[in-house]
Amino acid sequence: MSRIRKFTNTVVGILILVAVWEGVALSGRYEQSLLPSPVKVFEDMKELLLDGTLFTHIQVSLFRFLLGYVAAVVAGVVFGLTFGWFNRLWEIIDPVVQVLRPISPIAWFPFIVLWFGIGDLPAIVIIFIAAFYPVLLSTVSSVGKVDQTYLKVARNFGLKQFQVFTKIIFPAAFPYIANGLHIALGSAWIFLVAGEMVGAQSGLGYLIVDARNNLRTDLVLAGIIFIGILGLLLDKAIRVLEKWIGRNWGIVPNERGA
Amino acid sequence: MYIEIDNVSKMYNQHSGNSVKALDGAKLNIEKGEFICLLGPSGCGKTTLLNLIAGFEKPSAGRITINGEEVKKPSIKNVTIFQNYGLLPWRTVQGNVELGLELLGLERKRVKEIAMEYIELVGLSDFRKHHPYQLSGGMQQRVAIARALAVDPDVIFMDEPFGALDAMTRMKMQDEISNISEQKKKTILFVTHDIDESVFLADRIVIMTPYPGRIKSIINVPLARKRDRTHADFLAIRDKVFMELEMKEKDKLEYYL
Repeated sequence: MSRIRKFTNTVVGILILVAVWEGVALSGRYEQSLLPSPVKVFEDMKELLLDGTLFTHIQVSLFRFLLGYVAAVVAGVVFGLTFGWFNRLWEIIDPVVQVLRPISPIAWFPFIVLWFGIGDLPAIVIIFIAAFYPVLLSTVSSVGKVDQTYLKVARNFGLKQFQVFTKIIFPAAFPYIANGLHIALGSAWIFLVAGEMVGAQSGLGYLIVDARNNLRTDLVLAGIIFIGILGLLLDKAIRVLEKWIGRNWGIVPNERGA
Repeated sequence: MYIEIDNVSKMYNQHSGNSVKALDGAKLNIEKGEFICLLGPSGCGKTTLLNLIAGFEKPSAGRITINGEEVKKPSIKNVTIFQNYGLLPWRTVQGNVELGLELLGLERKRVKEIAMEYIELVGLSDFRKHHPYQLSGGMQQRVAIARALAVDPDVIFMDEPFGALDAMTRMKMQDEISNISEQKKKTILFVTHDIDESVFLADRIVIMTPYPGRIKSIINVPLARKRDRTHADFLAIRDKVFMELEMKEKDKLEYYL
């Protein structure tokens, strides 16, 4: 699909959504507070942008997000490579992970507050939990996918165990790990907002809770739209990273969608 | 003798609990600098034998020594070239050739020099910044050959290295490896199921038969290098190999005028 057509499609899709929304709002069947009109919401968005409060919130949110996400990626990759390599160990840990993984990070919230107090940490911990499992699981399975020939080559050239990890297994597994990073990014972004809604005094999630407490549903929607846009931008960014990996890792480019 | 294979057998345990004899009582002595082809159909144990000599696997019985030392694990002195090349796709041609050199504790500059020399030898200087997927199969295999030669091994093992190449490219690669073996005087063990290939390359052809994998006979190929694939002497040896593999009826007499 050409870029122009893709762009047109995006614009048309959004226009239709806004038109339907405006139409329903104009019909007067719903109160302003139940369904704020797009015009009002866009005004709020403009205001948030202009008076700078938005950027303060975004800054705080992105800081928490990056900290939690990067910590999860490092931990997930290191543990993943270890567990993936030492199969026997993974056989023991796998059932535990399978039990813990489906639990929403929000469910841990009471404990997170008890252990980590309030402020930035609870949100960071929730992001960490949300991002950790996808990275861990994709890394563990990626180690199993490493071509046996590479390992034979490594043995042949006499690579030490640590060099096997750094020179063979990690780079060989990296394209698969990157896939996990992508999934983790999405799930971490979802839980960032959830985390900030229950335990923070700043950030995009807090912006929404605060607006709700003031019965400003128009502001709630404005916040939601910004969260969506930022999530989209993050997704685009990691796609660029994936393409770069594809080029530098010698993988024949076979774009799925994108 | 340089490489001694003394009564070597290899059993594999199957999931069903049975064990299969992949190689049965193989005996073979190889001299330094010899080019040996292991020839036979699938299941004859030729790859098993190669893996054992290269140290990737351990024999169930018997003993293998290289230069008087028992083979226990792979060594950088004996490099294997695989059918699927075993190139690291995230490294460029140059990066791949440097892999083995990085472990020898050489200076960075020296590593690069040696890599360049061998990339030049296999004629890929213009492609050193390319990734393997950007190269044809023949070129990829040349990278693998350069990588193997770069660490200056004593023995090179090749496991059906040209099996995935088309017929024309394969013959060209056979010419090149024949030249290289003459130039560099390495001991080469070359696994193949291609009769012509073995006659073209080998000083001696080790003929193997399956179920269980055994060495049936050894045929000398007393032809000078730069062999002519269409010469009568070449064809005579080819004929002998066919006979040994029982792919030709013995009693059928034919007369030509």
